Amino acid sequence: MDQVVTPVELPSVIKPSPTGLQRTWYLLKKSVRSPSPYLMAAGLFLWVLVYWLLCEALQLPRFVKIPGPVTIFSEWFSPNPQQGISIFTPEYYHHIYVSCRRIFIAFCIATSIGVPLGLFMGWSRTFREYSFPILETLRPIPILAWVPLAILMFSGYETPVIFLATLASLFVTTLNTMLGVQSIDEAYFRAAGCLGSSRWDVFRHVVVPGALPFVFTGLQISIGVAWFSLVAAEMVSGDFGLGYLILSSYVNGVTVPMVIGMLTLGLVGWITSAMVRFVGNRLMQWHARALALQGR
Amino acid sequence: MQKYTASNRPGSPQSRGALSIRNVSKVYDPEGVNVMAVDHCSMEIAPGEVCMIVGPSGCGKTTLLNAIAGFHSITTGEIRLDGELLCGPGKPLADQGADRIVVFQQGALFPWKTLAENVAYGPMVQGVLSKRRAIEKARDMLAEAGLGDFGDKYPGEVSSGMARRAEIVRALINNPRVLLLDEPYRAMDALTKAIMHEALLEMYDRTKVTIFFITHDLEEAIFLGDRVYVLTTRPCSLKKVVDVKIPRPRNYEVLTSEQFRLLVEETKDAVHEEAIKAFQLGERELA
Repeated sequence: MDQVVTPVELPSVIKPSPTGLQRTWYLLKKSVRSPSPYLMAAGLFLWVLVYWLLCEALQLPRFVKIPGPVTIFSEWFSPNPQQGISIFTPEYYHHIYVSCRRIFIAFCIATSIGVPLGLFMGWSRTFREYSFPILETLRPIPILAWVPLAILMFSGYETPVIFLATLASLFVTTLNTMLGVQSIDEAYFRAAGCLGSSRWDVFRHVVVPGALPFVFTGLQISIGVAWFSLVAAEMVSGDFGLGYLILSSYVNGVTVPMVIGMLTLGLVGWITSAMVRFVGNRLMQWHARALALQGR
Repeated sequence: MQKYTASNRPGSPQSRGALSIRNVSKVYDPEGVNVMAVDHCSMEIAPGEVCMIVGPSGCGKTTLLNAIAGFHSITTGEIRLDGELLCGPGKPLADQGADRIVVFQQGALFPWKTLAENVAYGPMVQGVLSKRRAIEKARDMLAEAGLGDFGDKYPGEVSSGMARRAEIVRALINNPRVLLLDEPYRAMDALTKAIMHEALLEMYDRTKVTIFFITHDLEEAIFLGDRVYVLTTRPCSLKKVVDVKIPRPRNYEVLTSEQFRLLVEETKDAVHEEAIKAFQLGERELA
């Protein structure tokens, strides 16, 4: 039998890799041709379908009180929401704004204390021996257990909430940064030593950049933890914010704003960690490029 | 632009880089059990000599290198560089300095710096050159080593052979007295190794820097070296010194010559004997 081989046309000139906008366009085209965007869309559709079936189509016994997707989305995008919260009400944005502001402040404080603290703890054995036991004792205490103390220590609504969110992300950031320093290969310190570095040069050129991949992994976890503890804190003490919205809606028996609050929280949280990831990749070109070469 | 050549370096090339190791011993003390890694080892290395250290795995070659570089202390004896005491009685640990630069077994280019930034690192932190001048000089030296197009690449983006070559350039830019190489081509395939050898020889012919090169590849040792020092298994001491009188510049034709074959034969028995002893000892390598 004759086998017909279709000739494959090879490009006559190997073009240089595209950059900038061209590259983005190329990646977009490539991803449209791969199955992943369609799988994602199908997955999303399936989840919403199950949600809809449980709550609205079949109305199973335990799901009757829960608002279904049709109710949620028609309320969320309605100019005249029946339960008071939609994308057209200024109150909705005020809740988001208040929570984001608290997260921003808490994340900045936690990062500016946690990263240097972690770097010094990883770098100096003496400093680590002084501070590590205290950190390890405080770290396992759940954030909710800090709530009474926070309310006693700080006045008003704002400061206790920020304190709690800061505390949670501080531990994560510090610990990850310290592990980052400890993960740096001894050979880099030796190389820096025999090239004539001072202790400060080693810190600046080896300790900081070497720990950076761990630092950014830590920051991504830390911003998630900050959201987590922020909501817990807002539920106990607060006047505005997404956590407050969720709890107060529940208390007042309006379940639709409660679910809207939850979904908004998920989306905002996702965006914030994507922002941290973006900054990380920008700062660590060497790391991003090495990962890209491995096809990740 | 001033070119970096052997002729315009301070002092004549042959007057610096004499390394003398006298009666050096090293006792490790892990978990209270004394382990002798180096036992009264002595060698005199002439300025500009390519000195090849051959010995079975884990015999203490790296211990010796670490002592010269100032990473580890020694227990007895002394090490001098051009007559200056590096380490000895009363000063067990040598200071680390840019006159003795190590090229590591696994490679230690900083992955977060480009090749040019890596090469510029030494002169920059020592305050010899401004950052801009250091980068310029680094690019020149990379170009000289055939790496001109790779200055802006990160070490993770180039092949291991290129990275290793850049690492040697990073050492040479500091104009060191001794270059310490710890099995730098261990993980490479034979073809890449051959290219690396020729590049190293070419670099040596230009700079005439003293080279302290650890390997357990006998043919590599004879092909590159002026002298091959065969060490005994642990605790390591000097077993045999072989002078390699093959004229320089050398190229790969040397490998098939009668002279080369005789030198390999002369050295092989000594190395093989120690390898068997090391195998029977069967202990794990010391750091």
